Amino acid sequence: MRFGYFDHAAAAPLLPEAKEAMMPFLGDEFGNPVSLHHFGDKPRAAVEGARAQVAALVNSRPDDIVFTASASESNNLAVKGLALSRKAKGRNIVVSAIEHVSVLEPLKSLGVYGFDITEVPVDADGTVHPDKLAAAIKTDTILVSVMHANYEVGTIQKVKELAAVAHRFRIPFHSDGTAAVGRIPVDVVGLDVDAYTFPAMSVYGPKGAAALYLKRGTRLQPLIEGGFQEKNRRAGTEDVAAIAGFGSAAAVTKSRLPEWSESMTRLAQRIFKELPEKLEHIIFTGSMSSRIPGHVSVVVEFVEGEAMLLSLDDEGIAAASGSSCSAKTLKASHVLLAMGLPHTKAQSSLVLTMGKDSTDEDVSHFLDKLPPITRRLRQMSPLYARLQKGEDPYAVKPGEACEDEQEHETDER
Amino acid sequence: MYSEKVMEHFRNPRNVGEIENADGVGEIGNPTCGDMMTFYVKIENGILTDVKFKTFGCGAAIAVSSMVSEMAKGKTIEEAMKISNADVAKELGGLPPNKLHCSNLGADALHKAIEQHLAKKPATGEKGCHCPFCDAPVEGSSICAPCKNQGRK
Ligand code: FES
Repeated sequence: MRFGYFDHAAAAPLLPEAKEAMMPFLGDEFGNPVSLHHFGDKPRAAVEGARAQVAALVNSRPDDIVFTASASESNNLAVKGLALSRKAKGRNIVVSAIEHVSVLEPLKSLGVYGFDITEVPVDADGTVHPDKLAAAIKTDTILVSVMHANYEVGTIQKVKELAAVAHRFRIPFHSDGTAAVGRIPVDVVGLDVDAYTFPAMSVYGPKGAAALYLKRGTRLQPLIEGGFQEKNRRAGTEDVAAIAGFGSAAAVTKSRLPEWSESMTRLAQRIFKELPEKLEHIIFTGSMSSRIPGHVSVVVEFVEGEAMLLSLDDEGIAAASGSSCSAKTLKASHVLLAMGLPHTKAQSSLVLTMGKDSTDEDVSHFLDKLPPITRRLRQMSPLYARLQKGEDPYAVKPGEACEDEQEHETDER
Repeated sequence: MYSEKVMEHFRNPRNVGEIENADGVGEIGNPTCGDMMTFYVKIENGILTDVKFKTFGCGAAIAVSSMVSEMAKGKTIEEAMKISNADVAKELGGLPPNKLHCSNLGADALHKAIEQHLAKKPATGEKGCHCPFCDAPVEGSSICAPCKNQGRK
């Protein structure tokens, strides 16, 4: 069976160079980087070497990189840490409506300290407009966080302009770069952001390592205390192997990015062009002009996302969906809903994230398999049946309320 | 994630389709909720002689629909009404906990279809012409309104 791995947003293969860089620290070099004796020497050198490599990837100074364990942790540290350190100045935080949950959820928990969140709406492409951001900022706003690119719909934000808006109000600006790093060149100085999140996985590094860029002089309340690691910004013995792997992966990615991006862009273009020739009733989502390479998001109308994923998996193809049925939380993607897609269409979402190793064969295999899978599922679909009878597939009978979300939640327990 | 049985029914669902002039149609969920299931039943002498479905939902929802249709076919109305969500999940070799609500959809849609049939049943005893397909009373035309409605629904 031919395979096609289109879920790099979930996990990406480890670069061989990264694996090699990790190996000593899974073996004899078990020392703690803080140790004074010689067992600490190589691990310490590895962590600091990796810091320089990771910094170089995003044009940061090595000292401005804080290592964490995941992009989720970096996001938590950024938004909670920045907000808590500025709580004397105000309690409002402005974010886009399409942030990752690891930005939205920690901000919600800050509610107990009296913080409140303002969500800036996005347009139908998933773009945050600088004037909308400016309009959302209040007198007691102390932090703005808008992601660099969105993994579900591929849209790249005008981060530089958005950061400038925040700075006009003297407010620090954080951006989650998880979906951007490893796909487009990132320059944190050029973007003029105060904090920037990115994980090792975005550059084919290991799970278990990520970075938070923190512009010099930015005050941050640490979340994990009780040690002086990472310049008192994150306590705890470093995961030396993962960090070493991150450094090596960052260096390789920096040198190969132009070539990888070009190949991913070309493959995605094939799908944008060829899929509509093979399949009716599909809607590509996200911006077509400002988009990360190798990303395809599409609504395949009248079929549900999880059913598509299972059928694709039977053909060796790995993809993702924003449908509520495919989500552990049983909630439809807040990103698609924020872009104004109705629930039914969000249910039909399919997300492909390619990687440096994706090939034309993968794409051809996908283009061959999705149409028959869709046809089979549409034959079962009451919505498609309505369409065929000339009715409005999405019509709701008067008096019909949706108890779906509620039902989902209760059954989850 | 799913049992082999669930995957088998998902890959080869039984009784997919619609029944023309069905004796009962039951629809659960609606497009705005994201999940939707429609069951069609054909009932002769109190027995479900045919059961078909159309489902817009996850793998579990499709497998559940298929299993419910299989379990209900050939059963009496009484037996079919007794098919519970738990029975369906059990027959499928279990469902992941967060997917149990999908089994509710299946049994509920079946029951709704049967109830629709029962609701129009009392009319059978009345005087006048009756639809040859579903025994509903007919005025003027030879095809009854409910059947016609369901035929094109
Ligand atoms: S139909 Fe939505 S989870 Fe099963």
